[in-house]
Amino acid sequence: MTPPDAETADASRHDARFHATSYLRFLRLAFRLATEGSWLFYAWMFVLTCIALVGTHAWAVQVRDGMAVTAMTDHVSWGLYIANFTFIVGLAAGGVMMVIPAYIYHDRDMHDTVIIGELLAIASIVMCLLFVVVDLGRPDRFWHIMPFVGKFNWPISMLTWDVIVLNGYLLLNLHICGYLLYKRFLGETPDKRWYVPFVFLSIAWAISIHTVTAFLYCGLGGRPFWNTALLAPRFLTSAFVAGPAFIVVVLQIIRRMTKMKIGEGSIRTLVGIMRITILINLVMLVSEIFTSFYTGGSHGVSAKYLFFGHHGHGALVPWMWTSVTFSIIAAILLMRPKVHEHLWTLDIACVLGFAGIWIEKGMGLIIPGFIPSTLHEWVEYLPSATEWKITAGIWAGGLLIYTLLLKVAIPVFSGEANKLSN
Amino acid sequence: MNDTSQGCGSNCSCKGGGGARDDSLFSRRNLLKGGAMTLGAAAFAKALSPLAHWTREETSVEEFLQKHYRELTKIDLELVLKRLEKDAKENYGTDVTITDHRPQKGVKFGYALNLSICIGCRRCAEACHHENNHDRATSNSYIRVLEMTKGSMDMEKGNVHYDHPVPHPDRFYMPVQCQQCDNPPCVDVCPVEATWKEEDGIVVVDYNWCIGCRYCEAACPYHARRFNWKKPVIPKDEINPNQSYLSNRIRPQGVMEKCTFCLHRTRDGRMPACLEACPTGARVFGNLLDPHSEIRKVIDTKRVFVLKEELGTRPSFFYFFDE
Ligand code: SF4
Ligand code: SF4
Repeated sequence: MTPPDAETADASRHDARFHATSYLRFLRLAFRLATEGSWLFYAWMFVLTCIALVGTHAWAVQVRDGMAVTAMTDHVSWGLYIANFTFIVGLAAGGVMMVIPAYIYHDRDMHDTVIIGELLAIASIVMCLLFVVVDLGRPDRFWHIMPFVGKFNWPISMLTWDVIVLNGYLLLNLHICGYLLYKRFLGETPDKRWYVPFVFLSIAWAISIHTVTAFLYCGLGGRPFWNTALLAPRFLTSAFVAGPAFIVVVLQIIRRMTKMKIGEGSIRTLVGIMRITILINLVMLVSEIFTSFYTGGSHGVSAKYLFFGHHGHGALVPWMWTSVTFSIIAAILLMRPKVHEHLWTLDIACVLGFAGIWIEKGMGLIIPGFIPSTLHEWVEYLPSATEWKITAGIWAGGLLIYTLLLKVAIPVFSGEANKLSN
Repeated sequence: MNDTSQGCGSNCSCKGGGGARDDSLFSRRNLLKGGAMTLGAAAFAKALSPLAHWTREETSVEEFLQKHYRELTKIDLELVLKRLEKDAKENYGTDVTITDHRPQKGVKFGYALNLSICIGCRRCAEACHHENNHDRATSNSYIRVLEMTKGSMDMEKGNVHYDHPVPHPDRFYMPVQCQQCDNPPCVDVCPVEATWKEEDGIVVVDYNWCIGCRYCEAACPYHARRFNWKKPVIPKDEINPNQSYLSNRIRPQGVMEKCTFCLHRTRDGRMPACLEACPTGARVFGNLLDPHSEIRKVIDTKRVFVLKEELGTRPSFFYFFDE
């Protein structure tokens, strides 16, 4: 597939006009690839569009009628949106777990599949940004948070850091993926100078997006449940379970649905990562639980509420035990020798691990931070129908974007698109 | 390179092996695609229609473009105040005056509360509710009164939902409101500087700049901030018409609000509404920089303490026992 090196020399001689026309052709091809497919593809897109529509409408109503349509209160002032935001930042960071083996350890199998992880990062960041927007009481004032135009409280506010790192990560991945695909489309070898530095930057950046997101919470002294140094490491570890778990499933779907060759090695490497990270994550959970329950005090009150409830308040108890059970089952399943050859076991482990962390890092982390409140009032929270609709809508939108990106990238990357066009 | 360009322009298909296809702009396939996309776009426009209504009714170009309070010139501000008064008239059907009260030189406000004589009648909370034009439906107030069990200062043992004659002999009462911290975490976290500490120590919010992210509400350790989950509802004859830009004017939907030590009164030399409503005289308010003020006398002669001192927020709100 890779053209001879002689062509690289050619590449440097292209002038701006050449790129102007061929980039347009590239976009045209991308558009065509993205809008053509089997009936299954159309049905999938149709369903996702419908869910996204329901979410969009629910959001418009929320803006009109106020956030009273959510179940949030002055006591629990962040809910399902921020919970999903936190989890999905992890998904975006987790995508980079394909990049490290591919570029640092020159894993050949990974090289062919790395783009799948990078595209996941793009789709996830878009979802993150959407989750932040739907959580705003005044989305019409979004420009206030833009540097230079509005008033950007940098470097004091951690949220401004998050805005920077998330958008930076989005741009980095857009550049890397866009550049590699365009070069493939031209049939040229990508120039290392134009992407390798960015790839390494994106690895460091992936760590930073999740660390900064953890700092959003653990920097708040008034919320003992979050105020722990373990938060950022825990975030990273669980991200490196959820990200690979998602990608393992996606790789198998791609193997079934397209002609792309997915090497055994990719899945094996990802499974190797998950096996360890899921255990580390459980160890950290145990150490958090020990500190909370053995010492007691204010840090312990929320944790106790989370796992066992408090005087008849126990909305989160079933969530949390589901999460713990899922994670433990996933960890055990992943220990099965040669699990990458037993696809059913592997898939169940991935789904359980993913769902377990979605709860642990979402509802299980954000909500107990507010319960009891800072004046020790016990007000519980369970998401309202509006919140579920909007959340489902954003997930559908994210999957829609991811599907389209893969739909373009896979044929271009494998050279199939070029062969056909010749 | 060239054959790529030709080929791609005319004949590519991701399905592969499909053979030559009609590629004209008006092929059946393209028409179908175009139709589906138009339909999709129309559906999204329809789904967003509640927004159009809201934009028309609740916002305006002037409001959208309004600058941060601290960047408004005198003339800008004048226009903004006029506009807000007009909006209040349209929305609530009553005439109000909205003024801009600035901090006075040489003043830093402090508040102290005598826990020995507070009887937990919640009249301060009620006065706040009316003075600050709070939403009637939620009976919102910036003050929460905790009923505490004797023998403990732990808020864990406190209860805000008590419902029996006060004072209960086995309990004492602790009203909590914004502590106007000198090191306010709520100000640090705000991503858009919509909330800040003024020279006289009062932490304020520009209700027209806040984006409603509620980060400050998560950061405040004293549950002092309130969010406008919906547009406040107040019958027009109950509205307090003496309003100030940074304090008790009726807040828009979707923004944060908080106690401002009634700056529309205190910056005019009057006392906060909660103090005037207190039947026991448990509340002491004044200028911390004036050595002869009553608040200074309390701090100098009583053993005062602040809430959650270990968090380093440095409150300007003090509590003391006095028997
Ligand atoms: S009490 Fe809360 S709202 Fe008031 S200044 Fe302190 S942190 Fe801010
Ligand atoms: S809710 Fe408003 S005041 Fe509070 S942090 Fe967000 S933008 Fe700032």
